[in-house]
Amino acid sequence: MTEMTIIQALNHTLHQEFAKDERLVTFGEDAGAFGGVFRVTSGLQEAFGEQRCFDTPLSEAGIVGFGIGMAQKGLKPICEIQFSDYIFPAYDQIVNELAKMRYRTGNQYSSPLVIRTPCGGGIHGGHYHSQSPEAQFLHTPGLHVVMVSSPYDAKGLLVTALQSQDPVLFFEPKRLYRSLKQEVPEESYSIPFGQAEIMQGGSSVTLIGWSAQVHQNLAAAEGMDVEVINLRTLNPLDLKTIIESVKKTGRVVIAHEAPITAGFGAELAALIQEHCFYFLEAPIKRCCGLDTPFPHTLEGDYLPDAPRVKKALLEVMRAV
Amino acid sequence: LNAVTLYPNDLVKRVHEDQTLVHALKTMIKTRIVDERMIILQRQGIITFAMSSLGEEACAVGSAAALDLGDWMYPQYREAGILFWRGFSIEDYVHHMFGDAKDLILGRQMPNHFGSRALNVVTVSSPIGSKIPHAAGCAYAMLMQKDPHVAICYFGEGATSEGDFHVGLNFAAVRKAPCIFFCRNNGYAISTPVERQFASDGIAPKGEGYGMKSFRVDGNDFFAVYDAVLTAKEYALQGNGPVLIEAMTYRMGAHSTSDDPTRYRKEAEVERWKDKCPILRLRQVLEQKNLWNAQIEEEWKTEINLEIDEAILKAQNTPKPNRESLIEGVYFEVPEKLKAQLDEAAL
Repeated sequence: MTEMTIIQALNHTLHQEFAKDERLVTFGEDAGAFGGVFRVTSGLQEAFGEQRCFDTPLSEAGIVGFGIGMAQKGLKPICEIQFSDYIFPAYDQIVNELAKMRYRTGNQYSSPLVIRTPCGGGIHGGHYHSQSPEAQFLHTPGLHVVMVSSPYDAKGLLVTALQSQDPVLFFEPKRLYRSLKQEVPEESYSIPFGQAEIMQGGSSVTLIGWSAQVHQNLAAAEGMDVEVINLRTLNPLDLKTIIESVKKTGRVVIAHEAPITAGFGAELAALIQEHCFYFLEAPIKRCCGLDTPFPHTLEGDYLPDAPRVKKALLEVMRAV
Repeated sequence: LNAVTLYPNDLVKRVHEDQTLVHALKTMIKTRIVDERMIILQRQGIITFAMSSLGEEACAVGSAAALDLGDWMYPQYREAGILFWRGFSIEDYVHHMFGDAKDLILGRQMPNHFGSRALNVVTVSSPIGSKIPHAAGCAYAMLMQKDPHVAICYFGEGATSEGDFHVGLNFAAVRKAPCIFFCRNNGYAISTPVERQFASDGIAPKGEGYGMKSFRVDGNDFFAVYDAVLTAKEYALQGNGPVLIEAMTYRMGAHSTSDDPTRYRKEAEVERWKDKCPILRLRQVLEQKNLWNAQIEEEWKTEINLEIDEAILKAQNTPKPNRESLIEGVYFEVPEKLKAQLDEAAL
């Protein structure tokens, strides 16, 4: 066990897996010689050569499109999109090509690559360095969507992503990149997709979140009889853990950074009422980002931080 | 056009074996007859849609003839000729046009969205430019895997206005990927003529702009296309990076069965191209070599039409893909969630 940040855990995992599997290739803007603007790919070029870790021209559509062809030909590309706010030039490649490749070719071709990208606010990044676009990709069949929230999860989920036969969007919480340290095993291990983590047990409210938000949720629930669930992956979704918890608590708060309207919280609320309607004792509460572009100066007012989540918890607990 | 290397049509011909020439002409004729028959089927309401490569057959067949099976192909919908060159059967093709249970893609896309893993032909995607970066990435993988082959990507001149064209060329050029970008400049993107598509002198200069060798050839000349692609492959495999080929041709037919070209172009313009028909031109060469006469062609046509008749009969007697196939292949494994959705969708 070594204490690592998320950056260190990801970098360590990439080095470990690159040494084992020569199909692995990683690339992106500044991902080569420089090791990425967040240093996640640091040292890979020196260790494994320029062909396997390289800088790309500045085009997200190109990074993903190029990766699709490499994956079809049998390599395992790890595409880095520098900020998830810049994933949209690659949106067509992801949604129309990557996600549909296996299906539209009748299972003849597939492109199981991994797209790594930092997401979320709290770093004074304004709206082009702070967004959480996960919901946009959950509306597209064919993609796995992973939301990292700790160094331990970063390693275990990345190993699973690299073994996946399907394309994976791997969202990393940049506000926690260096601020959160945790013991991470040296040896390789994997965390299966679709397996949520119960971070704190409780019986009066179920509090659901993912990515950096789970730490706000934990802080909000401190000292309260609240079950805090970290979903880890949104597709596949661990609906079983959610249903079991809600049947026990009867009250639900869902918190995410992305704007509330048509966010993944809306889908969760629909699923919970479908499966747990007769167990609910209060309306499901969503505590999310506002329906505004992500602000710069006022990001503290926009984000569903711990005090706001606590307010939401108290509200659902008061409801009769 | 100073910056552009014009491809000389009189380059020494390397395709000279009788067998190759006969297969080429027969494949072009097969492509044309299959296209015509599929359009008739659509007009009869038997299939939903059809597209043809009428007048552009030399582009597909000439380029395929210069490559071998290990070279990956990323076609657009006007490249049925590459499939037939590589031995795809009319029967498999017709099953695809019907979208039935024996369609290799299980009816998941519209007709003319063919592909074959066994033949290294990547299934067509409707968006015209999105596969261009894929071909570049595939070629880069070949470089990394020390696989001595190339990827070839086909598209029309309209696709060159898409961002993916520029992205794909740039990535391939920077990474020196052994990729051949094959642009059929056929004059029209549905109804939009080239003069409303770009202000440049065609497509070839754009390749030069990205730092790659670029050829412009007569796309209706089988030998010119063949030589250009063969030269491009040799050049790319020598580590020189990608090549762009602009093949000048003309879309003799409609864009698709949903199109009516009389609304936007004059019949006289179409007439002018009839003399340049790629099949007529290749036929002349074979005639001089005593490899072709009217009787031989009639025999070919009869044989091809019979094969199509049989294929249509089989397709008409083939059921639709299984209902269960609706949820297969979205992911490597079918998720329980999709099984539940399919159950719920049942009446």
